[in-house]
Amino acid sequence: MISNQVLSEVEFNVVGKRPLRPDGVDKVTGRAQYGDDTNLTGTLRAKVLRSPHPHARIKSIDTSKAEAFPGVRAVVTAKDLPFASLSKDELGGEYTALKYASDHMLASDKALFKGHPIAALAAVNAHVAESALALIQVEYEVLKPVVDVREAMKDDAPLIHEDLRTNDMGETGDKPSNIATHMSYSTGDIDKGFAEADLVMENEYTTATVHQGYIEPHNTTAFWNSDGQLNIWTSTQGSFQVRGTVAGVLRIPVSQVKVIPMEIGGGFGGKITAYLDAICAVLSKKTGAPVKALMTRTEVFEASGPAPASWMRVKIGVKNNGKMTAVEAEIAMDAGAYPGSPAMQAIVCAFACYDVENGKVDGYDVVDNKPKTAAYRAPGSPQAAFAVESLIDEICGELKMDPIDFRLLNAAKEGTRRIEGLVARRIGLVECLEAARDHDHYKAKLDEGIGRGVACGYWPNRGFQSSVVMTVNYDGVVSLIMGSVDIGGTRASIAQQAAETLGIAYEDVKPTVVDTDSIGYTFITGGSRTAFATGLAAINAAEDVKSQMVSRAAKIWDTDEDDIEYVAGIVQHKSDEELKFTFKDLARQLATTGGSISGRASVDPTGEGNGYAVHIVDVTVDPDTGKTDVTRFTAVQDAGKAVHPSYVEGQMQGGAVQGIGWALNEEYFFDDSGKMMNPTFLDYRMPTSLDLPMIDTVIVEVANPGHPYGVRGVGEASIVPPMAAIGNAVHAATGHRMRSLPITPGRILEAGWENGRS
Amino acid sequence: MPGVTHVQSTLNGEVINFLCEPRQSLLEVLRDVLGMTGTKEGCNDGNCGACTIILDGRIVDSCLVLGVEAEGREMMTIEGMASAEGLHPLQQSFLENAALQCGICTPGFLLASKSLLDQEPDADEGRIRHWLAGNLCRCTGYDKIIRAVMQVSTAK
Amino acid sequence: MEPFDFVSPTTIEEAVKTLASAGDQARILAGGTDLLVQMRAGRRTAPLVVDIKGIPELNVLSYDASKGLTLGAAVPCYKIYEDETVAKVYPGLIDAAFLIGGIQIQGRASIGGNICNAAPSGDAIPAVIALRGVCNVAGPNGTREILCEDFCTAPGQNALKNGEILVSISIPAPQANSGANYLRFIPRNEMDIAVVGVGTSVQLDASGQNFVSARIALASVAPTPVFATEAGDSLAGKAVSEEAIQQASELAMAAAKPISDMRGTIRQRIHLIGVFTRRTLNIAIERARGG
Repeated sequence: MISNQVLSEVEFNVVGKRPLRPDGVDKVTGRAQYGDDTNLTGTLRAKVLRSPHPHARIKSIDTSKAEAFPGVRAVVTAKDLPFASLSKDELGGEYTALKYASDHMLASDKALFKGHPIAALAAVNAHVAESALALIQVEYEVLKPVVDVREAMKDDAPLIHEDLRTNDMGETGDKPSNIATHMSYSTGDIDKGFAEADLVMENEYTTATVHQGYIEPHNTTAFWNSDGQLNIWTSTQGSFQVRGTVAGVLRIPVSQVKVIPMEIGGGFGGKITAYLDAICAVLSKKTGAPVKALMTRTEVFEASGPAPASWMRVKIGVKNNGKMTAVEAEIAMDAGAYPGSPAMQAIVCAFACYDVENGKVDGYDVVDNKPKTAAYRAPGSPQAAFAVESLIDEICGELKMDPIDFRLLNAAKEGTRRIEGLVARRIGLVECLEAARDHDHYKAKLDEGIGRGVACGYWPNRGFQSSVVMTVNYDGVVSLIMGSVDIGGTRASIAQQAAETLGIAYEDVKPTVVDTDSIGYTFITGGSRTAFATGLAAINAAEDVKSQMVSRAAKIWDTDEDDIEYVAGIVQHKSDEELKFTFKDLARQLATTGGSISGRASVDPTGEGNGYAVHIVDVTVDPDTGKTDVTRFTAVQDAGKAVHPSYVEGQMQGGAVQGIGWALNEEYFFDDSGKMMNPTFLDYRMPTSLDLPMIDTVIVEVANPGHPYGVRGVGEASIVPPMAAIGNAVHAATGHRMRSLPITPGRILEAGWENGRS
Repeated sequence: MPGVTHVQSTLNGEVINFLCEPRQSLLEVLRDVLGMTGTKEGCNDGNCGACTIILDGRIVDSCLVLGVEAEGREMMTIEGMASAEGLHPLQQSFLENAALQCGICTPGFLLASKSLLDQEPDADEGRIRHWLAGNLCRCTGYDKIIRAVMQVSTAK
Repeated sequence: MEPFDFVSPTTIEEAVKTLASAGDQARILAGGTDLLVQMRAGRRTAPLVVDIKGIPELNVLSYDASKGLTLGAAVPCYKIYEDETVAKVYPGLIDAAFLIGGIQIQGRASIGGNICNAAPSGDAIPAVIALRGVCNVAGPNGTREILCEDFCTAPGQNALKNGEILVSISIPAPQANSGANYLRFIPRNEMDIAVVGVGTSVQLDASGQNFVSARIALASVAPTPVFATEAGDSLAGKAVSEEAIQQASELAMAAAKPISDMRGTIRQRIHLIGVFTRRTLNIAIERARGG
């Protein structure tokens, strides 16, 4: 039995190999510097006072006692942010955006979720800061909260923002509402499609609020120097995002802010939003000292950005032969305190695995009294896939059709037009389904008591801007700097692409992640984009190096550049075989022939990488306790080209396991007053090593036409299928169709009792 | 300001002296007083294992030990795992097996794995999974971590 | 965390004196795996923390076939399950010691601390009740014994009076043909709080076919651990049979008075008490038969 397979069609010299990561030794010896390891001389510690109420009007804040507490150096509230002194007239169209951004950092008029920052202070150490927080007196008018997406959509729901009106496909609603946006997309004629169907099935599904669960809490250190320069050392997926957010909220030019990205202890989309940076910056300005903050785990749960809970209704029509004729879905997602749930991504992804002529999807972005949600690995897609892939399993059951055959019959392929209008380029879903169908796991006999489920999933994998600069050292080693922070091995995968393009050894490329002053704008590490887009920047920068190396050789040989070619790391004269430099030989000549060579590239690739995944899972369910154990798991995914297969497998396995947690145990519990009851790793139950089998992988490689080596990006699609795959497996094992996540032991027992079994 | 206590203990083979307040955890002392930042804070309540150290031969969560409790005791942190001769076989195995992505949980996993294999060199997959259940990793799904430890174990 | 003073007495007398003079201002620190979490979360405050790990009597782990087990209140879990004699004689105790937290927690946490913490979900408590454990307490007025089933008085509260400390737990030597087991239900496989827990011990007759006596105790189904005497007593004198076990499990279910919270509902918990009473009884019976 092979645990990890790579189905390659094209071999390269460096791309596709498994070298050691450049930052590896530092990370296994404890020397790597993560955000909270920053320790500047004289650093003060900040703590944030947070609202104990999910929904309350702030009537007054008295910080005088805290300010007088020994060891406290400064206190800030929303009054210290520029927004407080700007009028609606001055801000014009910027008003709402700045109010939301500013209030999210420090609430000015209302607390919108439990954990909402109300004030912060800097003190000589964290214990003193914590003690002093208790001395800040806040008078609240407690308001009725709403923490359920469907409740929040009702006409009589408590209003989160009194002035928010629904944007309904460009039209503004006539009264305040918690529905920030209604999106609607359709293609073909769904009435006709459903009329043509032999079988139409429809059901409702819900998923709970879940957290990314990165192990490193949010942290930052800010130092606002007396010369006006603001430096921020932080753990982030996007140093340029932090720079932009801080500059925006503090109303200063971006060039006044330098963000130094430290090593990051996990993000999964949750470390894009800047929560602490502006607060520490203002405290630093007030004190003249560096100010550092580290969230507690409870703060991370209550006040960073979890993924939305959702309500979905899905309807699918099929012919008796399994061909889908029409699909329809309504998807409501709670954005938390401020608009911005991934409802649009859910619309894009919901039916992206299927080639169906008639479809309509409606999405609702809804605010409620939860922390503002953030991205979480393929944001929006896992929820939608849980609903769609569960219903498809029910349809396969009705039609007595193999679930992979059904999906092969309807699979999206090159030329398939999605409901929102995009037409697919070459994609690899069919190949993934075939690999799953042909896998040992899918063919293995089902032992008594085991249920098997399959599901597929999609994530677009976008491009966006990336910058890379490479310098050729005189010893032939290339220094590569980039703005993409490395969460899971991208230093290696970017260096591999550079080495491949230059025709030199992987070891001869030294990658470094640098600060925002040292490289051009680079979008976040997220969206499965880094290996693809920053890789593309590295390839282009390498091409720049190659052409300059050719020029230099031309100068040395006193010949025309057109007479010289660069082949596999050798610069050679096209007709004179005597004239030939290896990369290193030529590098040695640089110092005396005009100096160093630097290649650079900034890219902004358009189009989608299109990541598809298919998962197979076996489970057992204890009929007496309702507890599900995952006994075997196989993840299949189209990587386009796996630059470093070990880290591609790691992404597939990690995403699958986050999905297993989402499927079985993870959820935010809220009490009647809207407060989260389980903000600890004890009660927010993420899988441990003892809860899992090995996660087998199959890397499928259908080249992405938008990348020289075919790279698609791999970070996200793997979290999309597990919830439905597990739900389908639980159904196979128990006969219970679970339409709400998580599928807890208690819910399975309840389903048994409802179905008259116990 | 509250009083401080003088503590003498052994850290990675060296006798050390430090001052701390009773309320400071050993994790805080290691990171903030001694500058040994290889030990990581993940939850500060004993549920993630990122701050795992070896105390008198046993792994503990250093967030649940007071600094003053280190008096007269021997501690080993990640900084003490490699030697001048090179990486510990587990460190090498973690590198070769790509058993880390973000790396924040890695020091805790390495020390926990070391303490297991020191005690049970032939630990098998089931035993390794059980022993490491107090260490959370959110990136890898544990697969490559378990394989990295299995590679160093003498179990066949 | 608010500042506190820290002392580490080396004798029981010194500890008792310190605690008695501090009144309710002091907290006892053993493994710290509950106390430090609670203090950090602001659920407990203590201007004085008294570390009792330096007191020899609290570190005793000794077994004598006539006197049974003396388990010092500060002995960490790993020392209990790594002691070959204790592991052999008291597998029902090992079940609990092996379940409390992960390996890191077991390096510090003690059975004594688990009992004193008095959580309704404390894994060690039903196991010790089932094994007829007795808590040996020292205080300003000398020593006294408290049955384990009487030790917890409310969530987080125990029977210790001002100045008293739990020194050790005594567990009688197992009778012939006896066996014990503790099982809990958690949604994951480790690192969780018991949704329910059941500890049982049984004594069979020489044939191994009839119950002489049985004790059943429950976790997480009432404000304190529940000693389900009727359930255990129902087995005395009966033949070992599915019916008898079923009946005992129903009596255990009747003794459970749980609440619904995020960890489980009333119906789920009562149902699970039935399931786990049956499972633990079957394991205890198997162990009693020498299996």
